[in-house]
Amino acid sequence: MTMRKVDARVKVTRRQFLQTSATVAPAATLLAGGATLGSEAAWAQASTLSPHAMATLTLMARDTYPHDQLGDSYYRSAVAHWDDDAAADVAKRQIIADGVVGLDAEANARFGANYIDVASEADRVTILQAVEPGAFFKAVRADLVVSLYNQKKLWPKFGYEGASAQYGGYLHRGFNDIDWLPST
Amino acid sequence: MTLAKFDQSDDSVFVIIGSGAGGGTLGNELAQKGVKVVMLEAGARFNIPDFVNDEWPSFSQLAWTDARTTSGSWRVAKDFPNLPSWIVKAVGGTSIHWAGASLRFGEWEFKAKTTYGDIDGANLLDWPITLDEMVPYYANAENRMGVNGTNGIPHLPGNNNFKVMQAGAQKLGYKTVFTGNMAINSQPRDGRGSCEQIGFCFQGCKSGAKWSTLYTEIPKGEATGNLEVRPLSQVIHIEHNAAGKVTGVVYADAKGVMQRQKARGVAVAGNSLESPRLLLNSASGKYPDGLANSSGQVGRNYMRHTTGSVYASFEKPVHMYRGTTMAGIIRDESVNNPKRGFVGGYEMETISLGLPFAAAFFDPGAWGRSFTSKLDDYANTAGMWIIGEDMPQETNRVTLDGKVKDKFGMPVASVHFDDHPNDIAMRNHGFKQGGAVYRAVGATRVAEVPPYPSTHNLGTNRMSANARDGVVNKYGQTHDIKNLFISDGSQFTTGAGVNPTLTIVALAVRQGDNIAGMMSRGEI
Repeated sequence: MTMRKVDARVKVTRRQFLQTSATVAPAATLLAGGATLGSEAAWAQASTLSPHAMATLTLMARDTYPHDQLGDSYYRSAVAHWDDDAAADVAKRQIIADGVVGLDAEANARFGANYIDVASEADRVTILQAVEPGAFFKAVRADLVVSLYNQKKLWPKFGYEGASAQYGGYLHRGFNDIDWLPST
Repeated sequence: MTLAKFDQSDDSVFVIIGSGAGGGTLGNELAQKGVKVVMLEAGARFNIPDFVNDEWPSFSQLAWTDARTTSGSWRVAKDFPNLPSWIVKAVGGTSIHWAGASLRFGEWEFKAKTTYGDIDGANLLDWPITLDEMVPYYANAENRMGVNGTNGIPHLPGNNNFKVMQAGAQKLGYKTVFTGNMAINSQPRDGRGSCEQIGFCFQGCKSGAKWSTLYTEIPKGEATGNLEVRPLSQVIHIEHNAAGKVTGVVYADAKGVMQRQKARGVAVAGNSLESPRLLLNSASGKYPDGLANSSGQVGRNYMRHTTGSVYASFEKPVHMYRGTTMAGIIRDESVNNPKRGFVGGYEMETISLGLPFAAAFFDPGAWGRSFTSKLDDYANTAGMWIIGEDMPQETNRVTLDGKVKDKFGMPVASVHFDDHPNDIAMRNHGFKQGGAVYRAVGATRVAEVPPYPSTHNLGTNRMSANARDGVVNKYGQTHDIKNLFISDGSQFTTGAGVNPTLTIVALAVRQGDNIAGMMSRGEI
């Protein structure tokens, strides 16, 4: 018997994913493939924050918690709520709007371009490191560590299966099926 | 069955504040002996089907997230400045969240001052109880909680996370390595089923295999007709008469309306942050420094166990989250061997976090590729928790915050903590040994993870033989006020190198015997 891999039941089809993530991220136009994170067009529906601010948050999300195995849609879903939050809370709107201005100022001073137009991840990371002590980065990072990793649809990619009680736990589903340890 | 309902003006009832391992057990014990009990619980009452196998939603459902403040050099104050502890606000208290590890203190751990001698900066004291005196109560607690490895109850099978730790431990030459003495049914017992290896032990056990007062002690107490539990009832202060005896409590009900419950006696079991806060918030003209605080020790000597975690990445999958969270233990380091560079002992116990909590707790505040690569290894990760005895220090303490107040206008608890050099030496030893365990079976990377917000909160109303050294006597009765008791981990004189719940339960059973005796003799 070999170790049971992540249960097929928690795998999500691409079709299901697009349907459900669209409900989580109504502001995002879900484009397939990479190289779209800095796209302002993807956030044309943003109402309170500018498409530029949303695009900046999205790229900043990937640069903060980079996982090459994750498509862009996960990062868009993670930051989409900021547009609603900004509409509901003037202070949050200010933190994000001012923060993006500050981030771009730092990017222009260092690389002569706005953050989303700085091509190299390593360069963008130096910009983030420069703004790390400020309220903007702290607020975005603290939110992101929940809003990114709390998306159930990305769990199987990390080998995490989530809730198990409804399947009778792992008693008959591999709680002790490790097969590579040296015999003792 | 008709549930008891007592009148608020009935001054013959005994009031217990809190419904966790201490309060819930004491309430059942007194109810069984015919004492009328009103149990006031700040949180709501959930049932097993309400629990969720999902870390953040469960945290929102169960955790005590009311404001608290922090200070001191411990990293929790920086990472989680308003969340010094991870405990539960609900009927059943933190017995819903605990992992189930049920270990007795060693004999020497009741005699820390005698055994360790004078340690600079440590406010050590011997307990006024010995292991011999506790043995019958430990046996009672193990039986009622269904601790495996006792009373003929088989041990649980080991999961993948345990097997990795066990293989490494054996390569290192550790001898006492097993699946632990857990209060988790390995076979049906006491009307509850057997462990289904669900995981999510911290989120409330959805099979009911793990002991919690919520579905054991409390309903048994209620079945006697002598126990009334009032959820969503947060006690604001404890009242006393001119003679200094407590007469009742004022609490905010579910609607925030103030209510007064008269009482023959009061036991405080709100965990080690809220219990001293309540005594301090109950200050009066007669007791200007707070109730039971003539020693000045209320809130002091806060202990949280020396903790840390070691997570290791491997080439192949582990799936550590499958099965019980605390699935096994290495006990070889639990002895007192000062040659290691510190006094006291520690345990190594498996632990696992789901992906959402791994992201939040593996290295709080960290970001970038060096951090996210650890999460990319998640499926191939094994984890253990180090839990050892920390030194009581007078300056590690719970005080009333000078500015922040709760929604009822009462000052919140402010928690100050600095590691003692002994704590740091022990943690570093644990990190080294834990890393060695995993490297022995091929770990490709080992990460040392700082302490989480405290689940083991101890010592802030400590037990002492002399009234000047502590807050309560050997029965948990306050030195200053005869009909006021402490029934939670705050009465611990020292923390010992083991998980505290079994001792909290054993003390509550013992206290129940003694309170009933004091009542029948007319002493309270």
